[in-house]
Amino acid sequence: MSVPISWYLMLAALLFAIGTVGALTRRNGISIFLSIELMLNAANLTLVAFSRQLGDHTGQLVVFFAMAVAAAEAAVGLALFIAVFRARHTIDVNRLNLMRW
Amino acid sequence: METLIFLIFAVLAVASSLVVVAHKSPVYATMSLVLTLFSVAVLFVLLGAPFLGALQILVYAGAIVVLFLFVIMLLNLQKSEERRLGPQLGVAMLGALIFVGMVGLVFWRSGAPALQRLTPELVSLKGLATALFADYLLPFEIVGLLLLVAVVGATVAARKAPEPGAESGLLPREDYVSGDEPRTDPLRSLPDPRRPDVAEPAYKPAAFKEAAK
Amino acid sequence: MNPDLTATLLKYAVMFGVFINVAPIMNWVERRACAYIQDRPGPNRVGPLGLFQPLADAVKFMFKEDVTPAAADKLLYLMAPVLALLPAFTTFVIIPFGPDITVGGRTIPLVVAPVDTGVLLFLALSSLAVYSLVLAGYASNNKFSLLGGIRASAQLISYELALTLSVLAVLLPVNSFRLSDIVAYQQAHVWNFIPQILGFFVFLVASFAETNRLPFDLPEAESELIAGFHTEYSAMRFAAFFQAEYTNMAALAALGVTLFFGGWSLPGVHLTGWLGAVVGLATLVAKIIVCMAVFVWVRWTFPRFRYDQLMRLGWKVLLPLSILNLILVAAMTLAGWL
Repeated sequence: MSVPISWYLMLAALLFAIGTVGALTRRNGISIFLSIELMLNAANLTLVAFSRQLGDHTGQLVVFFAMAVAAAEAAVGLALFIAVFRARHTIDVNRLNLMRW
Repeated sequence: METLIFLIFAVLAVASSLVVVAHKSPVYATMSLVLTLFSVAVLFVLLGAPFLGALQILVYAGAIVVLFLFVIMLLNLQKSEERRLGPQLGVAMLGALIFVGMVGLVFWRSGAPALQRLTPELVSLKGLATALFADYLLPFEIVGLLLLVAVVGATVAARKAPEPGAESGLLPREDYVSGDEPRTDPLRSLPDPRRPDVAEPAYKPAAFKEAAK
Repeated sequence: MNPDLTATLLKYAVMFGVFINVAPIMNWVERRACAYIQDRPGPNRVGPLGLFQPLADAVKFMFKEDVTPAAADKLLYLMAPVLALLPAFTTFVIIPFGPDITVGGRTIPLVVAPVDTGVLLFLALSSLAVYSLVLAGYASNNKFSLLGGIRASAQLISYELALTLSVLAVLLPVNSFRLSDIVAYQQAHVWNFIPQILGFFVFLVASFAETNRLPFDLPEAESELIAGFHTEYSAMRFAAFFQAEYTNMAALAALGVTLFFGGWSLPGVHLTGWLGAVVGLATLVAKIIVCMAVFVWVRWTFPRFRYDQLMRLGWKVLLPLSILNLILVAAMTLAGWL
């Protein structure tokens, strides 16, 4: 028996929601980053599921591009964290408020 | 059989993603992210995308998350001192529940259409490659350019302000880890305008403090 | 029982038997060879020529006290050796070790996991090996271990790029990720190391770095970091790291042999059936042994690189070389020379 597509989409929604909660409530820069990766993965799962359902490669290709962009994002983001940590000794986003007032 | 595999890895993915979000220690969070990524990779294979499954492990688990671990260790981030904000957490949870509830409601109303049968054409690498290099060549080139820009950007962002006489500041110096006082950096002396108490040298070998307890 | 499953399990058992015995045998070879290079006898007390030394070592590992540092992160500390063994004993499933054989009317390819994504799967699994080193370094709560872990993470990521690019060049003329197709291609043409000598060189150097062998053993550089990431490990947990290191070496050697030196095939020899299978396995093992001997020889010949030299070599020499190799091979493939 095959798994219905809605199960995959439900799982993706659940992962996405968990990631969103993490990104909104965590204050440590790295943890926020991890939560965003989680959300990206949930979106990827949806795309692959639809690619299977529609019998089309496009969904898989979008996931391929999403992975490349995620890699770029991680590299730049972590480099920024290192730079921020050098300057401010913390990556707690509540304390990085130089631009807030 | 397929249902069983799906259930096992779905539960694993959800459980480990909860750990990612909830665990105080960044290292544990990162390691459970690896588990989540692995579970999702298995689901990719189950959905007939073995190439993406392998790529997920190779790129995500093998490179991106290692980079996270590297930075966590380089900055010696211990259990973060963050305070979780009550109302913020409540609102976020509420939003997440509403979102999942909405999606669930849609599927509950619409029923559960079975997945299409796997066609060998969909699984084959040939079809994927043809689509990638024929229909999506321009995005592919652009992604290549994006990666190049990211490499350059990351190098510039993470490099230290070059000191006179210093050969190169490209490599992260290990003195951040070894417990020595880092070399003086003009930005370092900037106090936080709101919290003067934070200006204390935040660089603490916390691991050894704990060990001494 | 399902015949396919039985066949897979049997094939895995064969490969497991080959690869698990690598560590004790290499332990002996390594110590005798280094003694020979350094003009001293080496272990020669236990058994003829010290051949039973690995057994004695194994017994010692089993009965030694297993110490967990009080300040260690217990869970991660326990997980690290397991994580080291997992990729080591899964990567070799995609290495083909003989021609297809026919048993009871069904054709069985002599590779544990005949999957489409072959080489990619190998690279994916072996890229997980870095976690064990990083976690061991972090969980030990020891500055030398931590330094070793950080070095390991940066080093393995850097050299993985060059390694992957040099592997990709091999795939170009073959049009397949399957290692059995690559072996077939080399049987039909010439061993890949001749047209792709540059790629082979990059692969060789990168695989020294990937397996943390001298001259790139920065994560465990004993003169700087005591023993690096496994400083705090003792007894069987240390043995697990040891086993994983040698198994990884053997797996990478097997990959290199398959990509560049024809794998289980011999030029001009076309045996089929059971005889072909036995000869194929023996050929593969023999080639792996030669590769491992090169690993040992290099280890005791070259001094260790400094960390910045290591990074410079990886990013400024090997990576451009591997890209150049990729372009060359692509051009040669387009021109129809390969």
